[in-house]
Amino acid sequence: MSPRFEYLLRLGDDALILGQQLGFWTGHGPVLEEDIALTNIGLDQIGQSRAWLSMAGKEEGQGRDEDRLAFHRDQHEFRNALLTERPNGHFGDTIARQFLFDAYAVPLHDALSRSRDPEIAAIAKKCAKESAYHLKHSRGWMVRLGDGTEESHGKIQQSLNGLLPYVGDLFVSDASSQTAQEEGWGVDLATLRPQWESNLESALTESGLERPKATPEQLGGRLGRHTEQLSFLLAEMQVLPRTHPEAKW
Amino acid sequence: MEMDLLQRFEAYVASEKKIEPKDWMPDAYRKTLVRQISQHAHSEIVGMLPEGNWISRAPSLKRKAILMAKVQDEAGHGLYLYSACETLGVERDDLFRDLHIGKAKYSSIFNYPTLNWADIGAVGWLVDGAAIMNQVPLCKCSYGPYARAMVRVCKEESFHQRQGFQIMMTLAQGTEAQKAMAQDALNRWWWPSIMMFGPPDDNSPNSAQSMAWNIKRFSNDELRQKFIDLTVPQAELIGLTIPDADLQWNEDTGHYEHGPIDWEEFNNVIAGHGPCNKERLAARNKAWDDGAWVREAAAAHAEKRAQRKASEESAAA
Repeated sequence: MSPRFEYLLRLGDDALILGQQLGFWTGHGPVLEEDIALTNIGLDQIGQSRAWLSMAGKEEGQGRDEDRLAFHRDQHEFRNALLTERPNGHFGDTIARQFLFDAYAVPLHDALSRSRDPEIAAIAKKCAKESAYHLKHSRGWMVRLGDGTEESHGKIQQSLNGLLPYVGDLFVSDASSQTAQEEGWGVDLATLRPQWESNLESALTESGLERPKATPEQLGGRLGRHTEQLSFLLAEMQVLPRTHPEAKW
Repeated sequence: MEMDLLQRFEAYVASEKKIEPKDWMPDAYRKTLVRQISQHAHSEIVGMLPEGNWISRAPSLKRKAILMAKVQDEAGHGLYLYSACETLGVERDDLFRDLHIGKAKYSSIFNYPTLNWADIGAVGWLVDGAAIMNQVPLCKCSYGPYARAMVRVCKEESFHQRQGFQIMMTLAQGTEAQKAMAQDALNRWWWPSIMMFGPPDDNSPNSAQSMAWNIKRFSNDELRQKFIDLTVPQAELIGLTIPDADLQWNEDTGHYEHGPIDWEEFNNVIAGHGPCNKERLAARNKAWDDGAWVREAAAAHAEKRAQRKASEESAAA
């Protein structure tokens, strides 16, 4: 697997898995405005995944398009960060997951929009506009829930505590990530951590939430070693193309 | 005095002018509109459930994106319509409560299940198609906020209808299994769709007054006929069969004649005994109840923020 194909798959798979998860909120949100917002963010994620996966397929050169990659890979071939596959849980769990991701996606897309590769830069510029809005939305809810009631404060603090051990995948620096930086078409993902930290700290301050004591990080998504949840998610998402492999939709 | 106002109101409406929120209107006109607009809003919201059911299993990323955008549009329609309703002096949360306790009605069509992917095509093609027939005349309805909301709703619905037909066409030209999905979906959605126009004209209790007030423009049977005349050739075009053995073209009238409609089924579904009435209401109630702590948190935060701002201002003064 070329470093570039690997890198693009990571970008595409993060967006795909988040988009798939956010789609479950449609019709089930706490207020109508949030049904619209979460579906809209999910839709953006699906759009981003299509752009990255299409590019990944071209990079690979084996004739796999976005759908071939999304629907005909098994769980060990997915490269999404473990954070993105954590279950939706309650609204606070979904918001905290999204916030931890958005706080990374904003500096990521900003850095990639300066890529030496014009196609990567163009996709990233479009993504950057979207992720800035996503962060505004998820951060706004971190603050509302953290500052709101005793119940909401307790719930969102727990969501945060449960999810923080899963962020490590986002910043894994390996051959793919380092090659991206060296060749100038991408960014070494480890370099995004300070900006993510500062996004996190400012939201914690404003929401009155605490950073839990650090625990060992759960890693593996970038290597295709996932949590139990992913296989179920993929089974549901892939059911039609797998059942009717010869069909066009 | 009241009589004078009523006469002026009726003359005003008859001259095709729009009634606006602050204008005088008869209580019955207000009540009719609140009932109709809120039922319409509830239908958009409940309608998200059967379609949302297939977002996770849409068979390509493009179809997934289109379906998410479509269902999001329905939520947006719900939002405009609840807002139009609020101009008549009711609160969205009260309307929700009536929906959740089973007091308010919504379109019965959403009490049918979406069982295979072609149902998403059939819902767009038939259900949104029938909704457009019903809703285009509402763009000229006498109540301004409703009429204006409907202009936007109808534009989006007509896009939804085309994407639904496009799904059906793709399936009908696909593998044997896909063709079977498409025909199965048409078989299940055809009759409920033509029931969407409501009871036959000789048995439609609210129609006459709504016609007089320019809320309703065409009768249920007129709209139903128009829908059938438009849809039958579309089914033929893509090689699907309308599940009505009595369906035939009448040269003399220039219309299709259809077989008898099972009004007993229609009444049963309206009375709460359709295949999914209980699931739909349970899903709405669950979303509302599960979201209570979130809404409370948002309200508490807004209040705290307002207090902090006020105390900062008084400290500065």
